[in-house]
Amino acid sequence: MFLLSGENITCGYGSVDIVSNCNIGVKKGEISSIVGPNGAGKSTAMKALFGLLPLKNGRILLNGEDITNLKPQQRVLKGMGFVPQSNNIFPSLTVQENLEMGAFIDQSSLKEMLEYVFELFPALIDKKHQEAGELSGGQRQQVAVGRALMTKPKVLMLDEPSAGVSPIIMDGLFNKVLQIAKEGTAVLMVEQNAKQALKISNLGFVLNQGKNLFTDNGNSLLKNKQVRQAFLGG
Amino acid sequence: MISNYIVIPGLTYGSQLALGALGITIVYSVLRFSNFAHGEFMSFGAMSSILLCWLFISLEINLYPLPTAILVLPIAIIFTIFYCLIVDKLIFKFYRQQNSKSVINLIVSIGVMFFTGGLIRFIVGPGDKNFFDGERFVFKAKTFKNFTGLNEGLTLKTTQGITILITVLLVILLFWFLNKTKTGKSMRAYSDNKDLALLSGINPEKVVLITWIITGTLACVAGTLYGLDKSYKPFTYLHLVLPIFSAAIVGGVGNPVGAIIGGFVIAFSELIITFAYKKIFFYFLPSFMVPEGLLQILSTDYKIAISFIILVLVLLIKPTGIYKGKVI
Repeated sequence: MFLLSGENITCGYGSVDIVSNCNIGVKKGEISSIVGPNGAGKSTAMKALFGLLPLKNGRILLNGEDITNLKPQQRVLKGMGFVPQSNNIFPSLTVQENLEMGAFIDQSSLKEMLEYVFELFPALIDKKHQEAGELSGGQRQQVAVGRALMTKPKVLMLDEPSAGVSPIIMDGLFNKVLQIAKEGTAVLMVEQNAKQALKISNLGFVLNQGKNLFTDNGNSLLKNKQVRQAFLGG
Repeated sequence: MISNYIVIPGLTYGSQLALGALGITIVYSVLRFSNFAHGEFMSFGAMSSILLCWLFISLEINLYPLPTAILVLPIAIIFTIFYCLIVDKLIFKFYRQQNSKSVINLIVSIGVMFFTGGLIRFIVGPGDKNFFDGERFVFKAKTFKNFTGLNEGLTLKTTQGITILITVLLVILLFWFLNKTKTGKSMRAYSDNKDLALLSGINPEKVVLITWIITGTLACVAGTLYGLDKSYKPFTYLHLVLPIFSAAIVGGVGNPVGAIIGGFVIAFSELIITFAYKKIFFYFLPSFMVPEGLLQILSTDYKIAISFIILVLVLLIKPTGIYKGKVI
């Protein structure tokens, strides 16, 4: 039983379908990754799940409830957190203010979540009052993830969290993602770094040209000969 | 001597420019267009103050020794905010929903500027109006001389004192609002990254509403203070929008601190360059050597040109302004 799932979703820009008849989902406390070549519709599928793009077909379920027609803001209130690929922080606000903005619509657990985020990313404690735009790429990404965590989401969605950061920082970030999932939050992410992402994923979705090609657990996909040859470079 | 003719007038004029530039900077950073109608919004604010002043004076309500304008300022602010909101609802909202480019908004704001200017002249007429009443000076040259025992007197006009005081108060209030309150932070967040602000559940309509409330307040206060200090004439506000824009750009567009600094930079440069230095030489040189002219670097008629020279220099050397702002 998926916590968040897109069933038979079809969407795109204008009359072109970027994603057609896709099934994507994530279970509580697990990590799902969407991988695939450039232009496979990974990010588009992600946006559709969060309501940033209208569906032409299919439906989206959160905890069994149909949320297909909800606005992104309403989905945040229902327990979804989204980290966009780029421009995912407020550069001239301080780190703490960035986090506070994450909790803008739901202030009920502001203090508790601030402590939680600083515990998760201790590097941010010293930079609390620094402008987020002055941070390094890795730390910005931490701020971005932290911001999305502020509303205590049930599902955290990450669009290419490792884009533009060094491999070492990426490893660190993936460790944090594992930790977040272990603490009960479902994590759904889109990743360019298919190998790394599948390694930590419970479930992987290989997309190609907007269609599900393979769906399996992460390790089996890594062992799958076809997947290796086509997308993981042998 | 210098403080009499440069420092105090500079601080006063600078405060007025700073308040105006703040209004422009806030509209620019939140609504993303250069609001050329701001000068006329200031004029509208001053006009509201004048009309209310007349009303209050006829009712014999005043705040002597302070000018009546201070008493009516809060009501005038409400009028100005109301006017800004109506303009926004009828005009800017349409272009915002169309997602128009900022150039189109800029041209629209020029239209609003001409309309507002016309409306104001229609209501109060184009003539000069002096609505200052109350005590003229905080202290006169003579009193200051007697009080401190210094040779040269220092005068502080009431309007100058009020201008500087109100500006300081308003700026403190504005910065407290932007940096400490939840709504203020959400406004900065919206200006920083609109899409992410929407994702975080910040209501854009509310941000726009608050932006106009702040802009209306700033415009009304700046306009009234300028009118009090100099006397109110609708056409002067058409010219005033130019140094205000220079101030906003020199300081760094979109940066409130920059707008204030920019205001003072422009004000002081204008005054220093158009100042008649004759009086200074009068003190240092023996009387037969004192030159006959006024010894201005440039005549006061070139006042506005100076702000443009500074603007061009800043755009050439440091396009982001003194404080890093957004490049237009």
